[in-house]
Amino acid sequence: MSTKRMSFGQATVDATRFAMRQDERIIVLGEDISWGGNFGQFRGLLEEFGPKRVIDMPISEAAIMSVSLGAAVTGLRPVASMSFVEFTFGAMDEIVNQVAKFRYMFGGQTSVPIVLRASDGTMRCSASHHSSSLEVRFAHMPGLKVVAPSNAADAKGLLRSAIADDDPVVYLENKQMTAKRAPVPEDDYNVPLGSATIARPGRDVTIITYSIPALRALEACAQLEAKGIDAGVIDLRSLVPLDMTTVLETVAQTRLAVVVHEAWRFGGLGAEIASQITEALFKELVAPVARVGAASAPIPFSPPLEAAVVPGVSDIVAAVERVIG
Amino acid sequence: MATTLDGIPNEVALAIHRRMVRIRAFEEYVSELFLQGKLQGFVHTYIGQEAIAAGVCSLLDDSDYITSTHRGHGHAIAKGIHLNQIMAELFGNVTGACRGRGGSMHVADFSLGMLGANGIVGGGFGIAAGAALSAKYRGTNQVSVCFFGDGAINKGTFHEALNFAAVHDLPAVFICENNQYAQFTAGGRTTAVNDLAVRAASYNIPGVTADGNHAGEVYRAAHEALNRARAGRGPTLLNLLTYRFGGHYVGDAEVYRDKQEVEKRRALDPIPRWEQALNDARILSADEATTIWAATRQAVADAEQFAQDSPFPQADTALDWVFTEAADR
Ligand SMILES: Cc1ncc(C[n+]2csc(CCOP(=O)(O)OP(=O)(O)O)c2C)c(N)n1
Ligand SMILES: [Mg+2]
Repeated sequence: MSTKRMSFGQATVDATRFAMRQDERIIVLGEDISWGGNFGQFRGLLEEFGPKRVIDMPISEAAIMSVSLGAAVTGLRPVASMSFVEFTFGAMDEIVNQVAKFRYMFGGQTSVPIVLRASDGTMRCSASHHSSSLEVRFAHMPGLKVVAPSNAADAKGLLRSAIADDDPVVYLENKQMTAKRAPVPEDDYNVPLGSATIARPGRDVTIITYSIPALRALEACAQLEAKGIDAGVIDLRSLVPLDMTTVLETVAQTRLAVVVHEAWRFGGLGAEIASQITEALFKELVAPVARVGAASAPIPFSPPLEAAVVPGVSDIVAAVERVIG
Repeated sequence: MATTLDGIPNEVALAIHRRMVRIRAFEEYVSELFLQGKLQGFVHTYIGQEAIAAGVCSLLDDSDYITSTHRGHGHAIAKGIHLNQIMAELFGNVTGACRGRGGSMHVADFSLGMLGANGIVGGGFGIAAGAALSAKYRGTNQVSVCFFGDGAINKGTFHEALNFAAVHDLPAVFICENNQYAQFTAGGRTTAVNDLAVRAASYNIPGVTADGNHAGEVYRAAHEALNRARAGRGPTLLNLLTYRFGGHYVGDAEVYRDKQEVEKRRALDPIPRWEQALNDARILSADEATTIWAATRQAVADAEQFAQDSPFPQADTALDWVFTEAADR
């Protein structure tokens, strides 16, 4: 398949365009989206599909979500932009109590084909209201699928699958990732939900991660290699469904695992993954599964404080060295 | 078509009556079942408000949409869900409208455009607006009706959804069932305006107040709002004045209002009023009314029997329908 270098944002525009050309039922709605979105993730859609399908919404997060829901259960397939992930709290009632539960509590009468797009993670000291990673809030709630790609190619393939999926999918696009360019298949391209990828094989220890920390983990591996440690990286890509098969098969070989995310370590997805690894492989493990995540503070503004709270490459290197002992 | 009642076709007037009777008979029966300990959970009855659901839904097709509330049995019945399916849902049976997953506060039938009773106050505003957006997008003639309470009007979602619906001239009607109370609190104590219809001004849409205990007035107000919606002229806010004769839920001690107040309101019971009007217009005789009541009460008893004869869902199906399986498509 021929590829082209493009940014994460462009890759998602590409996926949306392929989907919208194929299926009239797809609409895109969110605040300011006809201007292209904060990261160019909607650029050009208005020009191609017009205001009937690309709808600028009032600053009403609850309305964006509930209108999407009403449209989704009556024949449309909305892609809803929630802008920064913190703003989803203004619609959490709709997301958790309605979108996630509609199919189940009505006994399977309807599906809810919505993609909820939101930008998460830190970027250039955006401070507490524009820096969080909230994937656990969504992953915890039965009825929602959650994906968090780490590169432009996966961004395209996962968005395409998310739009094609009949269930609500929370699509988390890391802000630092949005500017990063990578080779992306030019054609229509799918990455199935629920499939992790081995971003780097490694014999000594397995780093399990997703979103931008996957890039940091690869950097950490390069540093570790210089010290004679062969660390591998699993990029989960999907958090719900979670591909534990790939995780367990890999960790069964290395017998050492470190889980890394930018979300807070306390109660983070790392705790769930570490626990599942331990339940399945307790006897094989050489050391307890380590977790790397943000320290328990709102993300601070001041650059040295932000760096102190959010885990970086050196934190990953240190965690790997700790488990290796 | 004969129209003795101020523009309401006779057969529609009779259909409204039958719907009101069905709701009343169901709710009285269900209250008894709950007090006897046969039903679990919470039950909020619609007794006293029947003219609204019955009057409005007499103007809707199966393909039109409604959103409902925690007090949703009346809407479910008026939109045409079979009593057996509603009753079985209240019992948590697999034969219920939602196969026992929903219960009293989550009765729905998407094939009849009934997009769900809802346990979250104010949950329906945006869903109704979204269904209206979808109808407009698809170029159908469908309308979307949002039933909500006078308490729900203070939720932010009221504002968010009505503004959106108005901006896009969506085919929606927002119907406040103003029964004067939100749980135990009288409206005047928590709502800044007395006449709730004035809130429509914020959205540059019509706001109309009418007697919600008079099926004819409900019909006429809804008729105009629905015509407007279907003509592409946008949403309307209806403020329909009514009163719930029962407590907030079955078993409510009702310490927040005195008995005389309830008795006074009972004089305005929408069902005897409509029966009288039909009788005066020579559309329905007293004997015919008696027959309808008896047959309806029997249908409700049969619904209980249906539920009693129905199985519970199997425990090993508890995880079905969290997500869409390939087999469901
Ligand atoms: C978001 C939310 N807040 C509070 C409640 C608890 N509650 C259930 S019904 C109700 C009163 C609603 O009043 P109104 O909208 O007037 O409806 P009515 O019960 O009178 O039909 C309240 C506060 C709830 N279910 N959902
Ligand atoms: Mg009320």
